[in-house]
Amino acid sequence: MDKTINLTLKVWRQAGPKAKGEFVTYNMDHVSTDSSFLEMLDVLNEKLVKQRKEPVAFDHDCREGICGMCSLYINGHPHGLDGETTTCQLHIRRFKNGETITVEPWRSAAFPVIKDLMVDRGAYDKIIQAGGFVSVNTGGVPDGNAIPISKVYADEAMDAASCIGCGACAAACKNGSAMLFVAAKVSQLALLPQGKVEAAHRAKVMVAKMDELGFGNCTNTGACEAECPKAISISHIARLNREFLVAKFKD
Amino acid sequence: MWLMDSSIGRKLIMSITGVFLVLFLLFHGIMNFVVLFSQDAYNAICEFLGANWYALVGTKVLAAGFVVHIVYAIYLTFQNQKARGTVKYAVTKKQKGVEWASQNMLVLGIIVLGFMLLHLYQFWAKMQLIEISHKLGGHIEEELLANAANGAYWIKYYFSRHFYAVLYIVWLVALWAHLTHGVWSALQSLGLNNDTWMPRVKIISNIIATLIILMFISIPVYFLIGGGTNWIV
Repeated sequence: MDKTINLTLKVWRQAGPKAKGEFVTYNMDHVSTDSSFLEMLDVLNEKLVKQRKEPVAFDHDCREGICGMCSLYINGHPHGLDGETTTCQLHIRRFKNGETITVEPWRSAAFPVIKDLMVDRGAYDKIIQAGGFVSVNTGGVPDGNAIPISKVYADEAMDAASCIGCGACAAACKNGSAMLFVAAKVSQLALLPQGKVEAAHRAKVMVAKMDELGFGNCTNTGACEAECPKAISISHIARLNREFLVAKFKD
Repeated sequence: MWLMDSSIGRKLIMSITGVFLVLFLLFHGIMNFVVLFSQDAYNAICEFLGANWYALVGTKVLAAGFVVHIVYAIYLTFQNQKARGTVKYAVTKKQKGVEWASQNMLVLGIIVLGFMLLHLYQFWAKMQLIEISHKLGGHIEEELLANAANGAYWIKYYFSRHFYAVLYIVWLVALWAHLTHGVWSALQSLGLNNDTWMPRVKIISNIIATLIILMFISIPVYFLIGGGTNWIV
């Protein structure tokens, strides 16, 4: 038999973008400690459907920590209290029997609530659309050794590229700033020869789009790095600042 | 203008004015420290920084630095509050590795500003301002005019009242917290940071903040432990 525990959930319920939301309390008895947080919410929703009530809306997709769809602010932390994990990788064994868990959507002016725990993170897509890509035709796949890239740069670009765009950085930031996300997306390309060509333009247009969408100003608290499920370093923010300032001074 | 329209431009202004104010504090701290060893030398500096044209230009640039830094701090905080949205989190927890000072820069800044106004009233208004009004032909009492460049006199006057000495220490502790985050944050905003330099930059920041505050705080502490009573000023 699995070990089971009882939990009290305080879940944010909001019928629609304009509706007034509130916390609703649900008692969850005999939750398997081996189940993931999202599986526990699935069980809750099945219960609600059986009672002919509206299930809780929440975002999820791959459930293996790579797609960036899951969100949830759990007991004061985006993606829960564990470091370097997404909500789908959070397990019930991390909670104590009888614990009350408060589940909230991301709160940021640029991420409006669609319903319940689901927010519109389209703002991040718009930032990517503004310049988070390489627009030159790179042709077929070249030989691995044809473009020399130092291991240090390759590693750092790879670290930046591990950003899944989940929005935890902006959700955790007291300023609602998206700098860590934008910095990761600028860094991953600026460090590599294919991306360097458009690096200055990219930094300018992505920052302009970020500001336009109503994200806040970074004050270097480091809360984003601490909550990032991929542990992206705020050093990338220093690189973004550098890229942007150099580009602007050249104009 | 991108310095005002873009978030990084605004942060550039915050960091440049911040670095400028830190340099001023370094100078002010070194100048103050002199008083512990020679009140005459300190008064000579006060004389040098009276209502002379270069000191007046310096004062104006400095005041502009303060105003820009403060106005931008309020403007940025207002924008950041707006970016957080109208509904606040019901539960918030402190993240690991996030300094308290970094989350409370505005509060610390307001404390620093409040005490600074007191400080301007107690010292600047009795010294450079007196000289300026005298030069402009205003009527000044003999005694005030006589002590306008006698900085050591004013230090003794206020700090021998221990209430003020303690008040200044509280002020300086708030300033210390503000600087520990401010210095490295300015370097980060200027883009002068990376993974290798992150720990170094933070240590440099702590050393600069501590050095500045130690130089300032040594004077009220000196008076609290009974020093300064034999100063002839």
